[in-house]
Amino acid sequence: MPTARRLADVPAALQVEGLVKRYGAHTALHGVDLQVDSGELVGLLGPNGAGKSTLTKIACGLVRPTQGRATVAGHAAGSTQARTSQGYLAELFRFPGWATADEVMLLHQRLAGSTQGAAERADLLALVGLDDARGRRVEAMSKGMQQRLGIAQALVGEPRLLLLDEPTSALDPAGRRTVRDLLVEVQRRGVAVLLNTHLLSEVELVCDRVVIIDHGRVVTAGRPDELVRPRGVEVETAGGRRIVAGAGRADAPRIVAELVAAGEQVYGVQVLSSTLEDVYLDAVGDSEAVRTGGAA
Amino acid sequence: MSALFAGARVVAAHALRESLRRRVFVVVLGLTLAFGALYAWGVNELFQDVDEFGGSRFLDAKTLAGATILGLAMFGTLFLGVVLAVFLTLNAVRGDAERGLLQPMVVRPLGRGAYLLGRWAAAATVSGTYVVVVFLGGVVLTKLVGGYAPDRIVTPALELAGAVALISALALLGSIVLGTTANGIGVLMVFGAGLLVGLLGSIGDALGSGTLTDVANVASWALPFEGLYRDALFQLVADASSRGGVTGALVQLGPLGGSHDNPALFPVFCVAYAAVVGAVALLAFRRRDL
Repeated sequence: MPTARRLADVPAALQVEGLVKRYGAHTALHGVDLQVDSGELVGLLGPNGAGKSTLTKIACGLVRPTQGRATVAGHAAGSTQARTSQGYLAELFRFPGWATADEVMLLHQRLAGSTQGAAERADLLALVGLDDARGRRVEAMSKGMQQRLGIAQALVGEPRLLLLDEPTSALDPAGRRTVRDLLVEVQRRGVAVLLNTHLLSEVELVCDRVVIIDHGRVVTAGRPDELVRPRGVEVETAGGRRIVAGAGRADAPRIVAELVAAGEQVYGVQVLSSTLEDVYLDAVGDSEAVRTGGAA
Repeated sequence: MSALFAGARVVAAHALRESLRRRVFVVVLGLTLAFGALYAWGVNELFQDVDEFGGSRFLDAKTLAGATILGLAMFGTLFLGVVLAVFLTLNAVRGDAERGLLQPMVVRPLGRGAYLLGRWAAAATVSGTYVVVVFLGGVVLTKLVGGYAPDRIVTPALELAGAVALISALALLGSIVLGTTANGIGVLMVFGAGLLVGLLGSIGDALGSGTLTDVANVASWALPFEGLYRDALFQLVADASSRGGVTGALVQLGPLGGSHDNPALFPVFCVAYAAVVGAVALLAFRRRDL
């Protein structure tokens, strides 16, 4: 019990309550609630313009909320204490082209007040696979290298919370995989991550929880395995394949027994469940349709 | 407070390093050397003419020529210093935010106040040092080539540095609300307008027009960099002016903005003005979504 009480006393890495953001007549967020616990990797999904970046920017203090509150490690978002506890990588970021990777890291160590020195820079550059490029100028780096450097700088100062805004949007598949591996390693180090993305595969592969946001509202949230729903049971018989809609894993033995009893030969059975993509499209289908001209 | 200054120092050092790496100083040094060479040539030609003219009982030609050419050099120095100050600050907030350079810095614990202070300190230090060095270079050249020395040296040098520091503060404030190009144009136009009003003031003095003089005086308070420039011009010829006569009257007119002494508390007002500009800038920056 004492241990449980202590854990309960630890503030969430990110706590968002009733967050509202209005830009003039446009409301980007309509009372969003969200929590990211210590060491948790949460994927924030949603179509373009859903409010994901606004939420992320409020969390790191770049944008002021109209109503509601956001706290980072128990401190008001944007406060000095909150900024000490967070690392952030913007969707559209740039480092000075004249600076080397090591100089970028050194600058952010100074800005973050980190006293870890060269050891921290070497460790983080090695973590993102840039240990051989520490003397290379940013302007001579590929987009993927800059993105990895961005993640490394966000980890300067041992933050409790890492806020990543579309960190893989400009990367090729190999680069995305590298970033995914990085996220797993970051999580292993105990850092909580809010991953803002619209790449479902990333979320499905690495995230503990998924929050889907649309029109400034959280429309679905949960663990990926909780969100997927049974889609039916597919049975292959001599007459071909058929799907028993609405049936789940527990129904499979009964379905097979009934078919056998009816004199059919069963060659195969497969329980079908929805993918995260199905869940996502169910949640934001109308929005996607509007944004893609009805294609969704 | 120490955290504020520590953060500002980091930002200022970064801004200075960027200027060095981008070879801003190399370009400025090259242009300044060219300016210095042309100035030395001009002073040489001028004082040869003055020596041939020889002056008269009523006119100290050497003082008039020296004060005028050094006043022109002071204008050129201030102009170059202002250009430097403006280019070091014109994109500090909105421009850098649009390019994605600002966000990674201001989410760090140093905060927005330290960022502004650091950017201002870097611009004011560079442009202030620049105008002091170039002005002193002009004084030395004028003395060596023409044999003329101004009545005061330290005060006008400090006033020029103060003027570019104020311009830096205004450009930084502008960078929060205006895009890069609009801010650059706006600040340079404000600077030009200030000098123009100073010139009108000297015309008002010569014509005895109270209205023009009042306009110039009000402008000196509203745009105190202009007041500092006018006083710096005055300090060059403070003793010659006090001696009166034709020479005293002519040197007071000054080139490109008449010389005019400021009240004793004007430097205090300038510090307060910069503090108010800084406070408004911080308020605007804190309210700005990035």
